[in-house]
Amino acid sequence: MEYFIQQVVNGVTLGSIYGLIAIGYTMVFGIIGMVNFAHGDVFMMSTFIALIFYLVLTQILGIGSLALSLLIILILGMAITGLWNWAIERIAYRPLRGSFRLAPLISAIGVSILLSNFVQVVQGPRNKSLPPLVEGIYTFGDGIVISVKQILICTVTAVLLAVFWYLVQRTPLGRAQRACEQDRKMAALLGVDVDRTISITFVMGAALASVAGFLYVLQYGSVNFSDGFVPGVKAFTAAVLGGIGSLPGAVLGGLLIGLIEALWAGYVSSDYKDVAAFSILAITLIFMPSGLLGRPEVEKV
Amino acid sequence: MRLVPPRKGDPLLVVEHMTMRFGGLVAVSNLSFTAQAGLITALIGPNGAGKTTVFNCITGFYKPTTGRMALQTLAPQHNRDIDALTRSGRRWSAGATTPGTGGTFLLERMPDYEIAAKARVARTFQNIRLFSGMTVLENLIVAQHNKLMDASGWTVKGLLGSRVYKAAEAEAIDRARLWLQRIGLEDRADDAAGELPYGAQRRLEIARAMCTEPRLLCLDEPAAGLNPRESAELNTLLKHIRDEDGVSILLIEHDMSVVMGISDHIVVLEYGKKISDGTPEHVRNDPKVIAAYLGVEDEEEVAAAVRGDAR
Amino acid sequence: MAGKSSGGEAPGAASAPVSVLDALKGALFAALIALGLCIPMVLLRTEQDISNRLVLEPKWGLVAAIVGIVFAARLAWLMKPARQSSTKARAALTLSPGAARGLQVGGLALLALYPIFALLVVGPSGAIKWVDNFGVKILIFVMLGWGLNIVVGLAGLLDLGYVAFYAVGAYAYAIIATKVIPATAPALGPYAFWICLPIAGLLAAFWGIILGFPVLRLRGDYLAIVTLAFGEIIRLVLINWIDFSNGYAGIQTPRITFFGVPFTSLSGDERTFSDIFGLTGTPTVYRAIFLYYVILCLALLTAAVTIRLRRMPIGRAWEALREDEIACRSLGINTTNTKLTAFAIGAGFGGFAGAFFSARQGFIDPKSFEFIESATILAIVVLGGMGSLLGVAIAAIAMIGGIEILRELDWLKRIFGPDFDPALYRMLIFGLAMVLMMIWKPRGLISTREPTIFLKERRAVSGALVKEGHG
Repeated sequence: MEYFIQQVVNGVTLGSIYGLIAIGYTMVFGIIGMVNFAHGDVFMMSTFIALIFYLVLTQILGIGSLALSLLIILILGMAITGLWNWAIERIAYRPLRGSFRLAPLISAIGVSILLSNFVQVVQGPRNKSLPPLVEGIYTFGDGIVISVKQILICTVTAVLLAVFWYLVQRTPLGRAQRACEQDRKMAALLGVDVDRTISITFVMGAALASVAGFLYVLQYGSVNFSDGFVPGVKAFTAAVLGGIGSLPGAVLGGLLIGLIEALWAGYVSSDYKDVAAFSILAITLIFMPSGLLGRPEVEKV
Repeated sequence: MRLVPPRKGDPLLVVEHMTMRFGGLVAVSNLSFTAQAGLITALIGPNGAGKTTVFNCITGFYKPTTGRMALQTLAPQHNRDIDALTRSGRRWSAGATTPGTGGTFLLERMPDYEIAAKARVARTFQNIRLFSGMTVLENLIVAQHNKLMDASGWTVKGLLGSRVYKAAEAEAIDRARLWLQRIGLEDRADDAAGELPYGAQRRLEIARAMCTEPRLLCLDEPAAGLNPRESAELNTLLKHIRDEDGVSILLIEHDMSVVMGISDHIVVLEYGKKISDGTPEHVRNDPKVIAAYLGVEDEEEVAAAVRGDAR
Repeated sequence: MAGKSSGGEAPGAASAPVSVLDALKGALFAALIALGLCIPMVLLRTEQDISNRLVLEPKWGLVAAIVGIVFAARLAWLMKPARQSSTKARAALTLSPGAARGLQVGGLALLALYPIFALLVVGPSGAIKWVDNFGVKILIFVMLGWGLNIVVGLAGLLDLGYVAFYAVGAYAYAIIATKVIPATAPALGPYAFWICLPIAGLLAAFWGIILGFPVLRLRGDYLAIVTLAFGEIIRLVLINWIDFSNGYAGIQTPRITFFGVPFTSLSGDERTFSDIFGLTGTPTVYRAIFLYYVILCLALLTAAVTIRLRRMPIGRAWEALREDEIACRSLGINTTNTKLTAFAIGAGFGGFAGAFFSARQGFIDPKSFEFIESATILAIVVLGGMGSLLGVAIAAIAMIGGIEILRELDWLKRIFGPDFDPALYRMLIFGLAMVLMMIWKPRGLISTREPTIFLKERRAVSGALVKEGHG
């Protein structure tokens, strides 16, 4: 039982990270109907950005307060990653909007290859490891260990999701986004700046991915240029499982994927944990293409 | 008893108690009607009345929530077994798919492509669905796919250059050419279908459906977007299809000049329910129909419906 | 080309020259964005010091260079007089039928004579590289591109897991040749490749049907993602199922033979290809040349089958499916079977290519079957122009040849110093090229479509009318 709860805690931590990345997929898919293949690599880049800012703050500026430096890293990371995704959308996707359906997909795969190799070139191919940033654990009952960083990860995720939820549901920006999702042409006719709305969607998706990147560094303390693909596909799985286009679905899907992965690794075999994730992706798409919280699609004849 | 096909006016497609729900929305509710062999049956009604949904159910693109749709390819005296067939769980009666004989098909049990291939119900679409990147001729050849596929021995004999396949292909081209002549597009056979003007695309879609050699042709707003001259040509074409090819027609149409000009039988839908059913004369004088049409904005349509104006 | 559009790019004013001040502003904006992007990723390089601690190494010079280049490039772009209208710039290459015919014949002749040219120009020892690294490798991708073209280009089904079938073919050869044949009929050993080739193709086609059956009713990007998932599952199983595939350690496979005659003798007492034909010089050159002609034949077989299938009812049904699936169903076409045949035939050619790859390498492991391979093959098909065999071949030569050429840039070390490793930039440039080529020609190099039948004259269909499929 303790072992089970322990795995659940680990799964929720992992799931928070997947959920945050998944929102970026689901929002972009919702608004322009495109699978942004490069999103996993944007996440990977954000892990590097978080790592670098941590080093700047501690080594160059010598800020002693851990809480303050984490906050600064979080905000700067969101800004820079958002800027990256803004530029990517502007250069690689916007010129292709409304053209041949496969062109943006190939372009996104190109961006994905470009980003991972760019990071390899500028930051080197080796793993970059930090000593644990946040230490301390709580022990509950008979040996259920919850570390401070796990609590931190879940709290940051929850707070940011609340802020983000408010933005999307209650502000004119969110309304514009939902209008573009329904019908881009009509939204444009009604005075919504579609280009700007799409750009902001990319920036928001990247900002949340950068939070995930920050939490990833906190949890694992090690980053590598090739670490974008697998978390990216898993986050996409989460988005699909939750119902692509649905924001709560993305978070729910992320948590489920995290839990399944942790439990699979804990009880079955850690060798095949990625196979489990990919199998869920395939099974969901085959048997439940609209996901858990998505709207079913009626074929138009 | 010798098997005979239905004569003109015998029931061909019998729809009984059809209901179609999308989630909470009831698009078609307990609809029953009959389309007769050798006649043109029109399905009319205001926008959103559920006409296209009925079409999609008949052609298998949607499965109706409940209801039976029996296509009878034999004269009524042979068709006493429909209830037995329904209970048997089969999709069609014995011999129904054998050429030269016939039987009863239960369309609600068949997938869309099988309805086209076996029951031989062809259709067109409200928003034209041509293969726009293929030529006009290719569109008509693809329509004869199943026949050619058999002749090509599932591609194997075709790849080996079998004479049977070559003959079948030549025959398919002849049929296509014949239809191109009938719709006046022979000169444009080698142009992409997407390049044709709108009216020609509508005609080509009808010709493509006819190349499948159907017994029932379902047309979803064939006159939409046509000018009066093209509408008149369409009337002639449809009458020819009915009288010369002996193909029964079921059509959805808003253009009352087409509906009143060529229909033998009209079924009127409103909010998914049938409100009138009968000859054009009967329908145009039905107060329920007049009331339903007064509810729509298009004044011309109302006037046409009420006066029965056949322009 | 980075940066936001400045006033001069507004619609209607597209061809008017941009004022110098506006252009400067635009370029400055782009440079600022570039600066923002470079901090921190480029400016601060993380390195491990002696005590394994991460330290930051500032790269001011590099950042200044990047920002400067972006500024200059953007300025030049904005100042470019009289911009071409975008529709014209994006129109695809159109070839007259005569020119296309000439290109085909010339191309075929060139392909057939290429190894001989290579031998004459650089001699036997230099020829290995040109025949094997360039010729054979490019032709493998031409064949894979043509195989995937059946699925993506003709039937309009987006398959991101094509490499799975390539892997099935490669492992089929490896396992049959190293385990099954020695255990059952060792005498057949020298003919292993020729026995395994058809089996590998059939197995891959079989897997195509197995994987295709549940997924082919999905549409659009969903199909792409499921095929990606299947591709990854097969790769992960190959990594983890050690008993079957030997995992990361891989499998040594027997080399290809000249219809039973080996090129190099393992035991020393067999008669080799060189002995029989009385040839001198390194035997591996002859093997490379033989491999070249084998893959050339396989690739041409793929092309020939594709060309003939297009004129069959099944091929026309594939293209009709790409144009409009619903209309196909309304005409009585069983779309599931039609999709499955496209998937299976495409997979079968992938399997052939895989068996060949396995025999050429002499060794396979799961690293050769990563997602990047699927992405590369798909990019070749899309960039070539979906459905166009010639376009796909040109795209394969450009992309794979381009990557291989980038290996040859060691002389750059003399300019940038010995620390500069050009190989690192290969995939960077590859990714960038994919993006730029899509922006340049979203519909591919040759987007016109040849009709499969005609009444009076064969007229190519403009690419703008050809649909890309939804499944």
